[in-house]
Amino acid sequence: MISNLLKRDLSRFFPFAGGGAALPVVFFVAVAMLYPFAVGPDANILARTGGGVVWIAALLAAILPLEKLVAQDIELGVFDQLRLRGATEEMMMAVRLLAHWLSFGPPLILATFPASALLGLNMASLHLLLLGLLAGTPGLAAIGVMIASLTASLRAGAALSGLMLIPLSLPIMIFGAGALARQDPASIGFVAAISLLLVAIAPFAAGAAIRAAREV
Amino acid sequence: MQVSDPPALSAKGLACRRGDRLLFRQLSFDLGAGDALHITGANGTGKTTLIRALAGLTTPFAGEVACEGALGLVDERPALDPDQPLGKALDFWLRIEACQNASGTLRELGLEALLEVPVRYLSTGQRKRASLAVLISRAVPIWLLDEPLSGLDVAAIDNVTSIIQRHVEGGGLALIASHQPLAIEGLKKLELSDYTPGDGPA
Repeated sequence: MISNLLKRDLSRFFPFAGGGAALPVVFFVAVAMLYPFAVGPDANILARTGGGVVWIAALLAAILPLEKLVAQDIELGVFDQLRLRGATEEMMMAVRLLAHWLSFGPPLILATFPASALLGLNMASLHLLLLGLLAGTPGLAAIGVMIASLTASLRAGAALSGLMLIPLSLPIMIFGAGALARQDPASIGFVAAISLLLVAIAPFAAGAAIRAAREV
Repeated sequence: MQVSDPPALSAKGLACRRGDRLLFRQLSFDLGAGDALHITGANGTGKTTLIRALAGLTTPFAGEVACEGALGLVDERPALDPDQPLGKALDFWLRIEACQNASGTLRELGLEALLEVPVRYLSTGQRKRASLAVLISRAVPIWLLDEPLSGLDVAAIDNVTSIIQRHVEGGGLALIASHQPLAIEGLKKLELSDYTPGDGPA
């Protein structure tokens, strides 16, 4: 059952898989492309601030697909039907978390290469950025799945998602982008720890949210 | 149909509410193999709420539900991906539980010609038939059907009714909430508004 679920989720979220979900990657590269035009071509400023911009772009790219992440399947009754077949909500959400990460994490990490070239980042910064994104994107995916399930049954869900995202993603931002500012990989360990915690909580929080949405 | 244990579905003193409003209370019934129960009631009396509580998707406000045997639900939501062709969308559900060959069912429900059509282009009746096809191929003993006939044309209504009849005769159990009359032999009836609280169903 798990492999079938993952296959379905990936076919809906993976970039270029027909669902038109390439948006996060395009968005990510577009930010990196436009930023030099916005702040001017000063290589020093770009190199100093570029890493942070990449992090913000990654965060926003991660929440772009949030609206269709969970709400659609609640409306279609997919989760209810899976439940009647013996699947637990936690399992469904763990699979969805994996699919969500696969659909934006690795593509963003690949897109970091052209992005860092556009921003004129040096080799050391690129390393820190790649390591940081590898450690941080699972956490961003977990935040996304949690927010999407919590707001799925609300009418103004999309607006609320943005508000909820800010405090939840702060720790990853601080330590992830902080590693770049200080050129020190140590804080990436913190990012990984926060990610791990979020990934561990997310299936349970999201599963409970979906069960609660049934009772409305 | 392979029924190992005879299926059973019963409710005891069941009460459900929606928001702050108590929809029905003191609802009890006992169904076994070969039983079919037709739930009627005006809009908003809680037919869907009852079915969701019986399916175990929501917790009833009071009372107990006891269910023996696997349970299948068809309601107004087809649970089929709108962007996928019908064949692929059905395939997902058929693969999730190693189901018996569904081609006979698809032919009987007139879905064979539609397998290449994306689900979002299907009509209400066609979607309803598709979700019934998923239910039938699951071979579960207990069927919970929420408005199974809505949107169906005359021929399909006959078709679905006889499928339900066959399921019940084969030792299955069906609980059907519907506004339409059902031509099923040995059908029991339950009028849900008889159980609305005393201060009127308003």
